[in-house]
Amino acid sequence: MASFTRHDLKRIHLTVNGRPILARAGQTVLEAARENGIHIPTLCYHEKLKPIGACRLCVVDVAGTPTPVTSCTTPATEGMVVTTDSAMLENLRRETLKLLLLRHPMNCAACELNGNCQLQDLVHEYDITHQDLHTYEITPVEYDAGVWATPLIKYHPQRCVLCGRCVQACIEITGAGAINFKGRGATTRIAPVEPTLNSQGECVSCGECMAICPVNALTEANAKPKGKPWETTRVKTVCGYCGCGCELELNVVHGQVVGVTPAGDNGVNNGALCAKGRFGYGFINHQDRLKEPMIKRDGYWEQSNWDEALDYIADKLLQIRDQHGPDAIAALSSARCTNEDNYLFQKLTRGVIGTNNIDHCARL
Amino acid sequence: MTNSMSEIEHTDCILITGSNTAETHPIIGRMVKRAVQRNRAKLIIVDPRQVELTKYAHIWLRPRPGTDVAWINGLMNVIIAEELWDKVYVQERTEGFEAMRQAVAPYTPEVVSKITGVPAEDIRRAARMYAKAPRAMQLYAMGITQHSTGTNNVMALANLAMLCGNVGIEGGGVNPLRGQGNVQGACDMGALPNVFPGYQSVTDEAVLGKFEQGWGTGMRLSNRLGLMLTEMFPAIMDGKLKAMLIMGENPVLSDANATHVKEALEKLDLLVVQDIFFTETAQLADVVLPAASFAEKDGTFTNTERRVQRVRKAIDPPGSAMPDWQIICALAERIGQKLQERRDRDNGRNAARAAARPAYGRWDYASPSEIFDEMASLTPSYAGISYERLERGGLQWPCPTKYHPGTPYLHKGRFTRGKGKFAAIEFAPSAELPNEEYPFYLSTGRIRYHYHTGTMTRRSPGLETIAPEERLELNPQDAQRMGIAEGDLVRVTSRRGSIEAKVRLSERSSPGMVFGTFHFREVPINVLTNNALDPVAKIPEYKVCAVRVERVPTAERPAAPERKAAEELQPA
Ligand code: SF4
Ligand code: SF4
Ligand code: FES
Repeated sequence: MASFTRHDLKRIHLTVNGRPILARAGQTVLEAARENGIHIPTLCYHEKLKPIGACRLCVVDVAGTPTPVTSCTTPATEGMVVTTDSAMLENLRRETLKLLLLRHPMNCAACELNGNCQLQDLVHEYDITHQDLHTYEITPVEYDAGVWATPLIKYHPQRCVLCGRCVQACIEITGAGAINFKGRGATTRIAPVEPTLNSQGECVSCGECMAICPVNALTEANAKPKGKPWETTRVKTVCGYCGCGCELELNVVHGQVVGVTPAGDNGVNNGALCAKGRFGYGFINHQDRLKEPMIKRDGYWEQSNWDEALDYIADKLLQIRDQHGPDAIAALSSARCTNEDNYLFQKLTRGVIGTNNIDHCARL
Repeated sequence: MTNSMSEIEHTDCILITGSNTAETHPIIGRMVKRAVQRNRAKLIIVDPRQVELTKYAHIWLRPRPGTDVAWINGLMNVIIAEELWDKVYVQERTEGFEAMRQAVAPYTPEVVSKITGVPAEDIRRAARMYAKAPRAMQLYAMGITQHSTGTNNVMALANLAMLCGNVGIEGGGVNPLRGQGNVQGACDMGALPNVFPGYQSVTDEAVLGKFEQGWGTGMRLSNRLGLMLTEMFPAIMDGKLKAMLIMGENPVLSDANATHVKEALEKLDLLVVQDIFFTETAQLADVVLPAASFAEKDGTFTNTERRVQRVRKAIDPPGSAMPDWQIICALAERIGQKLQERRDRDNGRNAARAAARPAYGRWDYASPSEIFDEMASLTPSYAGISYERLERGGLQWPCPTKYHPGTPYLHKGRFTRGKGKFAAIEFAPSAELPNEEYPFYLSTGRIRYHYHTGTMTRRSPGLETIAPEERLELNPQDAQRMGIAEGDLVRVTSRRGSIEAKVRLSERSSPGMVFGTFHFREVPINVLTNNALDPVAKIPEYKVCAVRVERVPTAERPAAPERKAAEELQPA
């Protein structure tokens, strides 16, 4: 329910790369440029979060300011003249990227984000090779991974580009504030915050941090390796756990559900999920799943088939109905099943068996 | 919910009671946090437990368990005494005000304070905060309904909302948070003993006629009210109920007084369970049918704000498992066949009678969307919804026509029944109160990482790592007095049974109260709970029963915890 006030609708004029564009008051230079189809590379910026201004890839020149500024944090103002693609800027971005890559291993073949990674895209865009990295005579520091705020998520410090998205997501989306930057210089990493007297910053294992990381530095600790993006199908559906009804996507590889990702920014949940929705999919392909009908005979279970099982049930039901009437039969439906399942179940109970003895566990 | 989730972030005041929202509905919990932090909404929490959101609350009332009507009447008493109610709204849109006013008159803050243990001044503050907000929204969950006085609790909350003109407006309302994915849908679809889909009464002749026609059953549908879940088990014990079909439920773990439920199910002549796992209930069955999980079928769910959304098939079910709707169709067709065979046999003898035999309606659906269309044609509130429209996003019922945009909040301008009716409600104590022998209140609920009886979440490796076992919450004060330390094994006994579990010391439980969940089959907490029922809704009193807590001496502990995996119990 965004309420548009006069102020929001006010238009301002700026010039980007010599081209006049219109922006809305309150927009940043980055937002204004993107809306007008002008590309500026970014890494730490994310539409759902307040600008972080950490990666410095979005640098642009603004006439009248001596040094380049980060476009994601700079508000657009009337009459501003902006350059986004000078040789100097490109060089600056390239050097910034190279510095990131000294820490981040270009070991893309081993990473499941391969093909779906924002850092990889940038490396591609700026055509950086291992050769380029050797220009710096620096050996990367070995980092200790430490533990993440929840045992459900694993942190890979080498991959981390310290963009700070996860920190911000934990504050803005989850409202937990459970993680922050720790250490300094080359050993900087993200770690759980130390609990203090008035802020305990308790992690709730929601996984928002993991979902928003652009470089796969946060992965699911207990999951099997996931598929590559090109072999993964994503099916949009609704979470089956609680009554919120969050939209999500099941990630399917070779007929197995291997993960859950948010389904865009629509839906009641705006792309957010909780621990159950995000991590609670393991039951789907669990070995304990029932696979065949079973009949108990003389106290022992026997594997059966549909034909036999349905015969058995139909005969028994009719026999009981003949003897004791339809009201001797009852049905218990389920809040875990779909509307269609529930509708048919009561149709069966009422229309075929002939009783209103149907209920479900709503009261639990 | 009468209103929509998104309104939470735009209202002025939120009253939450009987819901640990941040843990059970995390996404709604975050909305509440944001409403408080960003939009300066006032937050009032009324809960005997120190639920997570109390950190964000402006006022937290901690009444004794089971005294809800008392504090709600108390708030209304103050609001009326201080002339804070919405007189125009009450005048124009409601009836029964006088009777209600008289009923709450004795509930002065001082009296309420004696019953609930909440300081009188806090009741006044909460009343003022709620009444003075231009729009106030109530959220509640099972902490309100799972009492022997549950229906009264809900009506009292509705009184409070109407008194302040908070029903039928955006950012207001009386909003139950539904616990399970599709509880709302199951109710809407008529999985209830008294109504057809869309809450159309089974005793209404016109409705019966419509469904007889619509289904083409060729037989009269029953107009006798059916049994509610909680009445079914006693009916089995009385020998009135002989067979039960259970789809996707596990009442052995989830229902109050579990020992009793188990006994009852064992007594049935026929128990059929269709589920995705070999649950505790399935183990008692005669026939178990393998069903598809939500990832393996197409369909729709209806969420807590009445939003109908598409569930889509991602993978095939394992083995020969089938979606529930297909199982039901197959069973219905089989029953039809058997009857046809009988008819053919009869034919020789009495052709005229046989010809009049029922046809049992349509069961050959090609896809769930055909089922949905049939349902929508018989259910006015769903009539305008179709799979085609849902492709473009969820729709909130009532949605009576093809071009209706759906309804974000109910009772706009006018109540569905015309005028909103105040009910005069008196406080009655819980069915079972602590005494010398059973000095503790036991309350049950769930935690963030598990769901219901745990059949799903406990098979998801991540969640099981983080919350592997039951921990019974006990207040440190009580623990100290009784010489119990964190992690000690305790035995909890009620009049109905006894369980053992490890203890977690926590301020979340008030002194004199213990809290446990029903997620873990190793600790079937519902052997303790009371099946005293609310007289109208027949909801068992999960939230209050009296128990005794004792430490189990180390020597008595079993060597290794007995945990039988489901596959061990399955036949080879
Ligand atoms: S873990 Fe990911 S999101 Fe967090 S700072 Fe590192 S790269 Fe950014
Ligand atoms: S899992 Fe959620 S709460 Fe925990 S650190 Fe990540 S974002 Fe924060
Ligand atoms: S995108 Fe602007 S600093 Fe990272």
